[in-house]
Amino acid sequence: MENELAIVARGLRKAYGENTAVAEVDLEVRRGEVFALLGPNGAGKTTTVEILEGYRRRDAGEVSVLGSDPATPAANWRNRIGIVLQGVGEFDELSVSEVVHHFAGFYADADDPEKVIARVGLAGKSRARTHTLSGGQKRRLDVALGIIGRPELLFLDEPTTGFDPEARREFWQLIRDLAAAGTTIVLTTHYLDEAEALADRVGVIASGRLIEVAAPEHLGNRQQAHATVSWRTPEGLTESAESATPTELVTELAARFGGEVPGLTVTRPTLEDIYLQMIGHR
Amino acid sequence: MTTTLKPATAAREASHQPGPLALALRQGRLELTQFLRSRESVVFTMGFPIIMILIFAAVFDGEIAPGVSFPQYFITGMIAAGLMTVSFQNLGIWIPIERDRGVLKRYRGTPMPKWVYFAGKVIMVVVVGITETALLIAVSVAVFDLQLPGTAAKWLTFGWVSVLGITACTLCGIAISSLARTARSGSAVVTPVALILQFTSGVFFVFTQLPSWMQQVAALFPLKWMCQGLRSVFLPDTFAGQEPGGSYELGRVALVLAAWCVIGLLLCLGTFRWTTRRDG
Ligand SMILES: Nc1ncnc2c1ncn2[C@@H]1O[C@H](COP(=O)(O)OP(=O)(O)OP(=O)(O)O)[C@@H](O)[C@H]1O
Ligand SMILES: [Mg+2]
Repeated sequence: MENELAIVARGLRKAYGENTAVAEVDLEVRRGEVFALLGPNGAGKTTTVEILEGYRRRDAGEVSVLGSDPATPAANWRNRIGIVLQGVGEFDELSVSEVVHHFAGFYADADDPEKVIARVGLAGKSRARTHTLSGGQKRRLDVALGIIGRPELLFLDEPTTGFDPEARREFWQLIRDLAAAGTTIVLTTHYLDEAEALADRVGVIASGRLIEVAAPEHLGNRQQAHATVSWRTPEGLTESAESATPTELVTELAARFGGEVPGLTVTRPTLEDIYLQMIGHR
Repeated sequence: MTTTLKPATAAREASHQPGPLALALRQGRLELTQFLRSRESVVFTMGFPIIMILIFAAVFDGEIAPGVSFPQYFITGMIAAGLMTVSFQNLGIWIPIERDRGVLKRYRGTPMPKWVYFAGKVIMVVVVGITETALLIAVSVAVFDLQLPGTAAKWLTFGWVSVLGITACTLCGIAISSLARTARSGSAVVTPVALILQFTSGVFFVFTQLPSWMQQVAALFPLKWMCQGLRSVFLPDTFAGQEPGGSYELGRVALVLAAWCVIGLLLCLGTFRWTTRRDG
């Protein structure tokens, strides 16, 4: 078990008064896997992740993260995990370089601070005080502090919030590199393209319940979903039809039009369509 | 060449994680850097006791007892209050801010042992406390001819009273920081406590002129004993007769301050919060 699964959670529960933030969540994350948690605001992503990180106490359930219960972790446990929290403030009066060097000193096997700073794209800001960084730059510093200890398991709670498109692409590459080097990654996100681009498997959480776990291409039976074929009629109107066998329909249309079908499109529901449908049912 | 034969795991073992002492010193250096870079806190922490003693020296000239000038009496209170500002007030105000900002939450997510954070604060407080006291004494000698302790024994007493006092106040400051729920409430919690203690412990008034019930209440807390211990250092032995107990009671000073160190430590360990309530 310990060797295949980085995280095992069974019947995880956490309530704040009357409000159940996490209800009966069962979760398994394999070693080396990139696992994304998707869910609307208030779904329970942060609560779940922070229970796994050892920040919050659960009300019920069993959890094992790298073989330890996060509430009572083994001595070396924090050396093996990296954390990027959702919302966390800056250090007072310290530079990027000072903070990263300082945190490197906490880990048994820290990475080279300058290398990590460059890796998250902050090389030019190394000497800047952290409170002068822009929102996206602060987030990069958070990521740097998350990976400085060369974690086996990295948690990232909405890591790319505030990133510009280019920074997001760079961040994706960073995650892919880390994953390629064998790091297990658990991230939460609101961006479906991000989940699709990075995750081996996606867990969809809504109202504290994990409603589905699947590879992004299989989510909500996406591959079985009917395709929509649409075309333009000779009168100039757009017509469309849902079909389980779109190729057949297109062939038929081609015959009908005697060759090229005007305005032909064949689409399948995007991950976003499926996702909105899934959480819309809640 | 031989190093290349090392398996990866051996390299992991061999890598150097700083030992406990190095960790504490690094943390202390970081805290000091942060303190020194925030100019207002340096100016106010260092300057406040000096300005206060200058005011006192200007308001009360004359002698409290034969051969004992008012400033010579009040310097003891100012030193004690200065040490308390650096430790108790400083931490009671700053730690809630760091907690609110999530700095403490970040530390909790690393392998840093919890005590290292406290050790860093203690180191910062001790360095700032020594500097601030030295400045205060230097200004007092220059401006109104403060008489420095004449014997090694008195310097020794000065040393242990300061160390015990600042330790007790530091631990109490860390402990009280958990009472503040938000960054803003830190000073609201700490400032009245500090002011009341200063007024009742003989910092601003001659202690024996306070109502006796007030003296008894003040005797429950460390500041009164810090002042008393410091009076034994800066005032002549003949003045001891004017103390409430008829002597400087150094044994009792040590006992009460040590007791507060223990109480403070237990409170810290038992109640310290790394995250705010809204962090779940
Ligand atoms: N400390 C807390 N005290 C009370 N209620 C809380 C606390 N933390 C979370 N909750 C509640 O638990 C539920 C789940 O919150 P959580 O922060 O886990 O959501 P999330 O999925 O991370 O949302 P977001 O996408 O907005 O970050 C919400 O209803 C929230 O109000
Ligand atoms: Mg969240």
